Amino acid sequence: MSTTTQAVMPETHYLNENYSIRSWLLTGDHKRIAMLYLVTITFFFFLGGMFAALIRLELLTPAGDLFQSDTYNKLFTMHGVNMVFFFLIPSVPAVLGNFLIPIMIGAKDLALPKINLLSWYIFIAGALFSLTALIYGGVDTGWTFYTPLSSGYLKTPVIVMGVGILIAGFASIFTGLNFIVTVHRMRAPGMTWGRLPLFVWANYAASLIMVLGTPVLAITLILLVLERGFHIGIFDPKLGGDPVLFQHMFWFYSHPAVYIMILPGMGVISEIITCFSRKRVFGYTFIAFSSIAIAVFGFVVWAHHMFVAGISTYSAMVFSLLSYAVAIPSAVKVFNWTATMYKGSVTFETPMLYAFGFIGLFTIGGLTGLFLAALGLDVHIHDTYFVIAHFHYVMVGGMVMAYLGGMHFWWPKITGRMYPEGWAKLAALITFVGFNLTFFPQFILGYLGMPRRYHAYPEEFQVLNVLSSAGASVLAVGFILPAIYFLWSLRYGEIAGPNPWNAKGLEWQTSSPPPTTNFLETPVVTEEPYHYGSDEEVTFGH
Amino acid sequence: MATSQTPTPAAEHRHHPAWAHQFDDMDQQREASSFAMWVFLLTEIMMFGGLFTAYLIYRLKYYDAYVAGSSSINVVWGFANTLVLIGSSFTMAMGVWAAQKGRRQQQVLWLVLTIVLGTAFLGVKAIEYKDKYDECHIPGQVIGKGFNATGGIGCSGEGANIAEELQHPKNANGREVPGKPAAAAEQIARQTEIFFVFYFAMTGLHATHMIIGIGVLFWLVWRAHKAEFGPEYYTPVENFGLYWHFVDIVWIYLFPLLYLINRIPHR
Repeated sequence: MSTTTQAVMPETHYLNENYSIRSWLLTGDHKRIAMLYLVTITFFFFLGGMFAALIRLELLTPAGDLFQSDTYNKLFTMHGVNMVFFFLIPSVPAVLGNFLIPIMIGAKDLALPKINLLSWYIFIAGALFSLTALIYGGVDTGWTFYTPLSSGYLKTPVIVMGVGILIAGFASIFTGLNFIVTVHRMRAPGMTWGRLPLFVWANYAASLIMVLGTPVLAITLILLVLERGFHIGIFDPKLGGDPVLFQHMFWFYSHPAVYIMILPGMGVISEIITCFSRKRVFGYTFIAFSSIAIAVFGFVVWAHHMFVAGISTYSAMVFSLLSYAVAIPSAVKVFNWTATMYKGSVTFETPMLYAFGFIGLFTIGGLTGLFLAALGLDVHIHDTYFVIAHFHYVMVGGMVMAYLGGMHFWWPKITGRMYPEGWAKLAALITFVGFNLTFFPQFILGYLGMPRRYHAYPEEFQVLNVLSSAGASVLAVGFILPAIYFLWSLRYGEIAGPNPWNAKGLEWQTSSPPPTTNFLETPVVTEEPYHYGSDEEVTFGH
Repeated sequence: MATSQTPTPAAEHRHHPAWAHQFDDMDQQREASSFAMWVFLLTEIMMFGGLFTAYLIYRLKYYDAYVAGSSSINVVWGFANTLVLIGSSFTMAMGVWAAQKGRRQQQVLWLVLTIVLGTAFLGVKAIEYKDKYDECHIPGQVIGKGFNATGGIGCSGEGANIAEELQHPKNANGREVPGKPAAAAEQIARQTEIFFVFYFAMTGLHATHMIIGIGVLFWLVWRAHKAEFGPEYYTPVENFGLYWHFVDIVWIYLFPLLYLINRIPHR
């Protein structure tokens, strides 16, 4: 970063063009909408994190002494709902994707700026419903809303929460729709599909799932609300309905939804790895199409959540096999990232540390997924902490790491200022250590038979649970630190300049922060992406 | 990746009032909007698809009840509504054509006719819902007197007592033919509730789309009245036409799935 000392902030950019509240609330600028989303989902991340902290606090001791079991049910439900629907689903697409996709393909904005703004307002409306349900005591269904528990037995505001998620789903649909149209119709001259950055490919694949899957969740929640509101038997067996149908419909969205969460993160990692290896990405086509393959396979594996729900053995065998198949494109990505680093000039800036974390933790999360896809083994570890650990290795160890890595990588582009590198490296390290301390013991707990969703447990599990809770407090430090120094850097950070990482890609060709129209003149693309090669100056990192 | 000057959009395009800043020219704008509408319709297909799947699952489980429920709804109204809706698709297509040609008065006329036909459809639907309300065929125990297909007190209407009809069905000539035993008839009649759940969920979701569509139509009439559409810019009318035709096509599937399963001849 020796080259950045003389950098200056551009005179006008998207942040300082207009300071009025109105110019933010009625903006069509994808970069400003990304910032609106950033503030919103950061709130929900810390809200969801607070519930997680309370869960870990309860689990310090074997006896259920801090909360009643009903309260505990609400805690893990609110943790899951907030984190899944109001943080993970929008995280990378709605913040980084919104900010970067138009710039990366050389467009002035997304194809539908008003729909983009509408998506944020819809998200806020859904969030308000969710918060209302929270204020009225919270919901204790689990984030999966299984019937007939959710539709008949519980006295909590399930309808309000269901409607909130239904509404927030449309925000996700509109984001996905906008990305698809933008990638198809708004690319700059010369930006062929074969030159699209891998981040764009990954978000495109995730958008396909948002557009095709979310409407099914919408209709499922509508039926759930109808059943609960009018007491009619759609899913409740007592009234003639079929609870397994609910599970099919719910997981038809909610399994692909985990790929909505992870695919954009994989896109971030592809960008970071190639930049800090100073090397052309290995197997561009394979990485690009493995994203599409994950999106396609992701739609035909949902019933692996239902192996013990009484589905037929033969369909379970098919779903088990297909679930194994998803591992192939996922592994393709990991191999390609590793091969990209091979013989590259690898440097260890903060985004790269998060990328390292991602590769290791995602690999563990992915491989333990294969345990769960195996029919026989799943019967043993279904609904245990093994599942919790697997899911969090992918979602926190994978997705949150990628999100933080991406935030660090593009922070200078978004704000024009560098974050403090020393603190950031420390935070990345703390996050990694804290994460493993939290979740690795849960693999063992689950394998030993500790079920999920209970506030009390036998005494022999205490040591591992204490380790996990201790790890959670370390992890919290790792998450709070970036929030502090990112805010600090807004005023005191070093001026970044247009391209602090010496990276390729159109987003680094414009000023930091970019002007409202992204580029002063429409760029013409003449090269493949990731053209890191011999012609490069060797000033970086020395 | 180099940056350089690109060709600027043609001058006449630049000055079109509907031209949005993010597009290079009007062609790109039209293609993007049209593509977006097709993707949106894809999401609609998935949403209705979930509902159709659930309908199908229960149709396989409770086929007799589906037949009985289907026979109790008014096929004449349903058929009339099908014609009304196909007619509205025609007037909508003409509206798009008039917009492309830039004929302002015809545009307004065809769009208003579409509103009229759409409203007629909803009116018929309201009559049908009212009949079902009187017959106590609204699922659940919340609305009206609660669901009752076995001769509830105060449930008026020719087909209100489905159990009775299953026990004593009549053939096409109005002559009574052997029916189901009383216990079986009662059970099937009670199970028609699930059919009515889907009848109301599917036609309700469809009607919601119609109501939204009519709302948008008013807005389009206003814009057409102000002569905003012409050969260079008619995307909103064209895209809305796609939406309207989609909603029609959904009905084309709903009509046989709900009204024509296997009707008992005399009704």
